[in-house]
Amino acid sequence: MSLPGENDTGSGPVLEVEDLSVTFRGRGGLAARALDGVNLAIGAAEIVAVVGESGCGKTTLGRSILGLVRPTSGTIRFRGEPLSYAARALKRYRRDVQLVLQDPTGALNPRHSVYEAVAEGPRVHRLGDEPGRVARSLAQAGLRPPERFLLRYPHELSGGQRQRVVIAGALAVEPKVVVADEPVSSLDASVRGEILALLLRLREQLGLSLLVVTHDLGLAWNIADRIVVMYLGRVVEQGSTEQVLSHPQHPYTRALLSVVPEIEHIPSVVLSGEAPDPSRIPTGCRFHPRCPALADGTAAAAGIADDCRGRELGVLPATGDHLAACHLRPPPLHPPAALRESAG
Amino acid sequence: MAVLELRDVHLTYRTAQGPVPAVRGVDLSVDGGEVLGLAGESGCGKSSLVACVLRLQPRSATVTGQVLVGGENVQTMSWRRLRAVRWGEAAVVFQGALHSLNPIQRIGRQLVEPILLHDSAATPRTAADKVAGLLAQVGLPETHADSYPHQLSGGQKQRVMIALALTCDPQVLIADEPTTALDVMVQAQVLELLVGIARQRDMGVVIISHDLSVLATTCHRVAVMYAGRVVELGPAQELFEHARHPYVRALARAFPTIGEARSRYAPAGLPGDPPFPDRLPGGCPFHPRCADAVDECSSVDVRLRPAGPGRVAACVHVGAGVG
Repeated sequence: MSLPGENDTGSGPVLEVEDLSVTFRGRGGLAARALDGVNLAIGAAEIVAVVGESGCGKTTLGRSILGLVRPTSGTIRFRGEPLSYAARALKRYRRDVQLVLQDPTGALNPRHSVYEAVAEGPRVHRLGDEPGRVARSLAQAGLRPPERFLLRYPHELSGGQRQRVVIAGALAVEPKVVVADEPVSSLDASVRGEILALLLRLREQLGLSLLVVTHDLGLAWNIADRIVVMYLGRVVEQGSTEQVLSHPQHPYTRALLSVVPEIEHIPSVVLSGEAPDPSRIPTGCRFHPRCPALADGTAAAAGIADDCRGRELGVLPATGDHLAACHLRPPPLHPPAALRESAG
Repeated sequence: MAVLELRDVHLTYRTAQGPVPAVRGVDLSVDGGEVLGLAGESGCGKSSLVACVLRLQPRSATVTGQVLVGGENVQTMSWRRLRAVRWGEAAVVFQGALHSLNPIQRIGRQLVEPILLHDSAATPRTAADKVAGLLAQVGLPETHADSYPHQLSGGQKQRVMIALALTCDPQVLIADEPTTALDVMVQAQVLELLVGIARQRDMGVVIISHDLSVLATTCHRVAVMYAGRVVELGPAQELFEHARHPYVRALARAFPTIGEARSRYAPAGLPGDPPFPDRLPGGCPFHPRCADAVDECSSVDVRLRPAGPGRVAACVHVGAGVG
């Protein structure tokens, strides 16, 4: 599914994130570790969903990938090249990696016509043939015929059409990767499926890779090839969508799945409390204060309750294998140092 | 007994471009202890309908029909009585209400205020006791009475908003999109809370959402609105799993069942956009988007028909042996 003119060969990832950490300095000197060692890889024409609660770091991950947040440590590589933060390189990079935000009404300037909104990217990047590009992008985003929409303003469009304009704006600079942060959560139920179908079609027709940041597991089931589950700045489970959603390994993933309204057969595990504070990451397994497996004695029966409370887990590698960071789970996790060697 | 009853309610906005009918004849009733879900897309008239219940519609709107809260018609009662009914008999948690807490007042003070205003027998001391009880009921520690809103998380603020709605012991509580701004896990907690409160207080609760799957698992009955009317009403789970109206079927399919092979890589949508209330298509207003439309649909405006025990749906295929 590679594009003509694509110069990299083989099936290497388009985008790689290695041991990424982002620390925000808070008031009173408390540092918030929003990302605390994340490995991730996105292949060509692959759709990866990053799921988790608010505060798990999924938005920071998306922003770091776009070069909007500078990592405290770790690297982001695009086609094998480490991301450079020099102005010119970053501008070039942002042609390749584009962003689609949650709320299209907020993302569009109310005083810019559809044409202006979509033409901005090509103009900034001096891509030429502006009208042709705008028309092509609108058509790709499903706004046909494009001429009907060019001179309209956001308030004259429906929510779904606005999101299509935002997507067209991203497509206009011919990106290889699109990072979409909750692309359908502010849209009506009937429009949701149409936008998700569009994202699938873009992957097929343009070979686009997608990183979808969401808390919606149904969305992941609808379109994602792989799922990465995050909790407090770490990946706690990853694997193919079928594996992760049909055979979840981590107690956190299971709890997330159990509160999805459609799933009737699992008794719902409503975790008490909200995602804890990244400035106070618990010792041992960071999920242990809320872990149902620790609370109901499963961990104690397996003789690992002390590990849960006191022994830190390794960082999951960015492989396609189904892995979970949990003391209860069989796949032995190597210590972080060994992982870095094998990855290098 | 029905604590809230709507009988043939119409709401029409007068605008410079002419009348815009936002609600076009809605009949609904909610019993004490019952949780009713109200679903529909933006512009279907859900929020206008809520405005009718507390007579909060703008002056440019004309309301006809009856809106009965505890048997009294809200639309025709005196202002004096209306002031007592608002909050005292029926309370609303509005959409996005998380941001309507006063940022520079402690939570406790904001909760005490309506009690002192509405209950002439209340003293600051009895009101403070009541607030402590309310906070406990919504699952917040009593000490949060001394907190400021910014010290609370989104889920905690939503709990405060629910406590605020309960301060004057209403018989009816309406929650407009109470969980959209919240996380999955917190969403489940808040919905559990609303259902528990309806049961404990024998109160009628209406939850408005565009997410049919959320309503299906939380509510006793669900009503789905399209273009200003209820198009289907029935027991929540049955309606979600075996919807009779094609629009409701499409809404139900929009949220896939995880693990189900046919929705993998196949997101189900509904082509087209909901109609503008001032430009409704003739016949059934849904027919231009309907996959099951027949010739009749473009000319016959179907009203609700019986569609099984406790169920009604507005579709020509219902009752004709099809669907």
